[in-house]
Amino acid sequence: MTELLILVAVVVAVIAIAQVVRIFELSNKIKGVRESDVTDKDNDTQGKLLLTFGILFMLAFFVMTAKWNHLLLPISASEHGLEIDFLMDLSMGLIILVFLITQPILFYLSFKYRGHKNRTATFISHNDKAEIIWTIVPAIVLTVLIIYGLKTWASVMDRTNLDNPVVVELYAKQFDWTARYAGEDGQLGAANVRFVGGLNSVGVIAESALLTQNAGLQVNIEKTIAKIEAEENAMKRAKMEERLHKMLAKQKTFTSIVTRTAQDRLDAAEDDVVVKELHLPVNRQAHLKFRSQDVIHSAYFPHFRAQMNCVPGMNTDFVFKPILTTEEMREETGNENFEYVLLCNKICGAAHFNMQMTVIVESEEDYEKWLASQATVLASNNN
Amino acid sequence: MSEHGHHEENFFSKYVFSMDHKMIAKQFLITGIIMGVVGMIMSVLFRIQIAYPGQPNPMFELFLGDWAEGGVMDPNMYLALVTIHGTLMVFFVLTAGLSGTFSNLLIPLQIGARDMASGFINALSYWFFFISSVIMLISLGVETGPASAGWTIYPPLSALPQAIPGSGLGMTLWLVSMTLFVVSSLLGGLNYIVTILNLRTKGLTMTRLPLTMWAFFVTAILGVLSFPVLISAVLLLIFDRGFGTSFYLSDIMIQGEVLSNVGGSPILFEHLFWFLGHPEVYIVILPALGITSEIISTNSRKPIFGYRAMVGSILGIAFLSFIVWAHHMFVTGMSPFLGSVFTFTTLLIAIPSAVKAFNYITTLWKGNLRFTPAMLFSIGLVSTFLTGGLTGIILGDNALDINVHDTYFVVGHFHIVMGLSAIFGMFAGVYHWFPKMYGRMMNKKLGYAHFWITIVGAYGTFFPMHYLGLAGLPRRYYSNTAFPMFDDLADINVIITFCAIIGAAAQLLFLYNFVVSIFRGDKAEQNPWKANTLEWTTPVERIHGNWPGEIPEVHRWPYDYSKPGYDEDFVMQNVPLKEGEEDH
Repeated sequence: MTELLILVAVVVAVIAIAQVVRIFELSNKIKGVRESDVTDKDNDTQGKLLLTFGILFMLAFFVMTAKWNHLLLPISASEHGLEIDFLMDLSMGLIILVFLITQPILFYLSFKYRGHKNRTATFISHNDKAEIIWTIVPAIVLTVLIIYGLKTWASVMDRTNLDNPVVVELYAKQFDWTARYAGEDGQLGAANVRFVGGLNSVGVIAESALLTQNAGLQVNIEKTIAKIEAEENAMKRAKMEERLHKMLAKQKTFTSIVTRTAQDRLDAAEDDVVVKELHLPVNRQAHLKFRSQDVIHSAYFPHFRAQMNCVPGMNTDFVFKPILTTEEMREETGNENFEYVLLCNKICGAAHFNMQMTVIVESEEDYEKWLASQATVLASNNN
Repeated sequence: MSEHGHHEENFFSKYVFSMDHKMIAKQFLITGIIMGVVGMIMSVLFRIQIAYPGQPNPMFELFLGDWAEGGVMDPNMYLALVTIHGTLMVFFVLTAGLSGTFSNLLIPLQIGARDMASGFINALSYWFFFISSVIMLISLGVETGPASAGWTIYPPLSALPQAIPGSGLGMTLWLVSMTLFVVSSLLGGLNYIVTILNLRTKGLTMTRLPLTMWAFFVTAILGVLSFPVLISAVLLLIFDRGFGTSFYLSDIMIQGEVLSNVGGSPILFEHLFWFLGHPEVYIVILPALGITSEIISTNSRKPIFGYRAMVGSILGIAFLSFIVWAHHMFVTGMSPFLGSVFTFTTLLIAIPSAVKAFNYITTLWKGNLRFTPAMLFSIGLVSTFLTGGLTGIILGDNALDINVHDTYFVVGHFHIVMGLSAIFGMFAGVYHWFPKMYGRMMNKKLGYAHFWITIVGAYGTFFPMHYLGLAGLPRRYYSNTAFPMFDDLADINVIITFCAIIGAAAQLLFLYNFVVSIFRGDKAEQNPWKANTLEWTTPVERIHGNWPGEIPEVHRWPYDYSKPGYDEDFVMQNVPLKEGEEDH
């Protein structure tokens, strides 16, 4: 309601301004002055306004920065993030410096050279020296930034320095995340979207999972066959038969995918752990691998300065090393409810704004204890 | 051609199916303004939603009907609003509305031609744009909602109606509309290129072309080279949606059903899309820069500083704009090496951009500035181009992009550098060339009020967004209440929405001024701004064929303002050089 009132007020204000202007216009007509001509007085007023705006703009920048600085992301909680933050501070400092030099010059010159009928402009068409300087100086500064940036990028994207990382797959779908730990062998088993169903939320291809899923399918198939025999309506029967065919085809797909998957990949899947919460040990690399089930999502960990898209039909990854546990970060930020989060940062549908997962960084011991308490694929299928 | 200028014209051939470039320009402008109003209302609606998430609002019910039951906006409708807002503003307002209007109006007038190379193709270009606009507006009313996968329509979201309702009929209409839009843009672009190359009047060499002409010329080339790639991306998407192909789809399960598509890649779409998408932002900004070059020089009563450097930087920006597209894709899982290459080329663009900005500022230096509303908007453009351009240095750096990608930092950046700069350029152009369009002047005081409220509202809207982005707030969130870490940002979002409403309201001043001035503005003189270019040698009456007699001959460049040795502070391009006088 308030917004509507504001809007009405604004509209009324606009009409009022327009009417006032009309009055000026009419009085000008009486005086014989054309409204549209820019007078010296106009130049003076607008020049002063430009200078005022320039000053207020700069002040507003300082006020906003002072007031909102504490809202920005806290210190990086990952190792590579410190490098990124340093580069960020450097680049930010540089662009703010240029901003604080060029904007005042622009508004000051606009004010200083505001027109007057007794003045004339100076005819200056170019100055090669000046132009060369302001081509070369930005070029040098940018070269430095590019070299430094590429160095940072190369170090963030480096995959040759993996040192006993925790391997976790993050599986994205509308609208939540599932994590799969590689387990003791450090190898993620194969997975395929065609296996998703029932307990198997990320489509792991494991013999134990296949048995469970096939058993479930078999029950359904038998039930459907019984139903078809009892059904008298031909239309309904046809529909059920169609369903039956689909289930039989699924059974075939399962078997054929399993037979095509190498035995060691199948075995690697059995000790995988599928969970809904991401735990990471501190000071150990996390090698995150991403898959998506439906549309593009983006795994964004603002506190770790990490982000990677999850693309259906494609595998992507990101490596980072957390250096602050959740507890330490709570102290750092003075917020006892602080939690690391993983959010989705690529438009993915209606609940995109609420696609999240809590990330817990803890000591190696706590992490091992937690992981051991979770059921592996083999265990959950043998229940 | 002038002898044909007097044949009887009825209402339809004069105002509707006109082949006169000046009328077509006005058609583009008015269609663009209408689309701009629609896009702006949408932005106000979703800004209110962001500031007051989930709270019922009678305005939602008024505009959105069933999509806001009880006054609460549906999340799907929120995504549809941001999608269509982006589409309308980028393509319909800042491409067709800006380039279409001013290329059509100014190219024949400033190069001394009676009309475009092909009046018919020109009219065709407008009518394709018109049909495209109508289809886009119709898509707003379909039952499953308009397209809502973001203006970049990345598949699979845009390919699967099961993923989001807007990807049903709404997306089909979006694709059809954009295909027609591209056709319009290609027809127009080819015409602009041919006209500038072939129809320049005697004496008007390329090095004497006004910078507006250079900008429109290069923009048209960019469009002709990049828009066809969008068509191919769109066609493949249409195949995936309708005919079961797998260009962009692979291994997908949606709503419990596994799709049979295997082997496609959404990344392919991103490459094709941004191969257009990035040159597109220069298609949007270059005409605005061209327009302001002209206006700043005219109103500083001083030559544009460094004409050759300005032309060079336009060409440099245009060339580089084709090899930077993947900086939109640093975190897609693309090869890190490729990421490095694109960071390199992207940051290079800052150099010609910096040259332009410095040259604008130096043009003001020692000038005799006349603050028409057009001049104020041009100075505003220099300010926004600087502010927004600088944050581009952060985003273009792939290592930094990791953490600000798709956050409000990006939203702030591109709205300032591309949205505000381009729309400021467009406003400047309208105020400046209104006399050439309607033979009357726009109201100056309303223009001043419009500028001041707009720049305060606009900076107030987009500047704070950088802080939101640095706090990690992702864009396109229906509500920020799902994450406690964003609770403290709620106040900033209220301020932004407040500024956005003020800025939007200021546009009513412009609309009022525009409409009323068409009928009641002061009658224009032939050369109201005392400018040098050829369009001011045509009569105020705007006749078909542009000049009643011979087309004037050009003897000098267009920037002889305050040239020593002349009584007046401007020397028009058709004035012969004095003996011993040097051209620039």
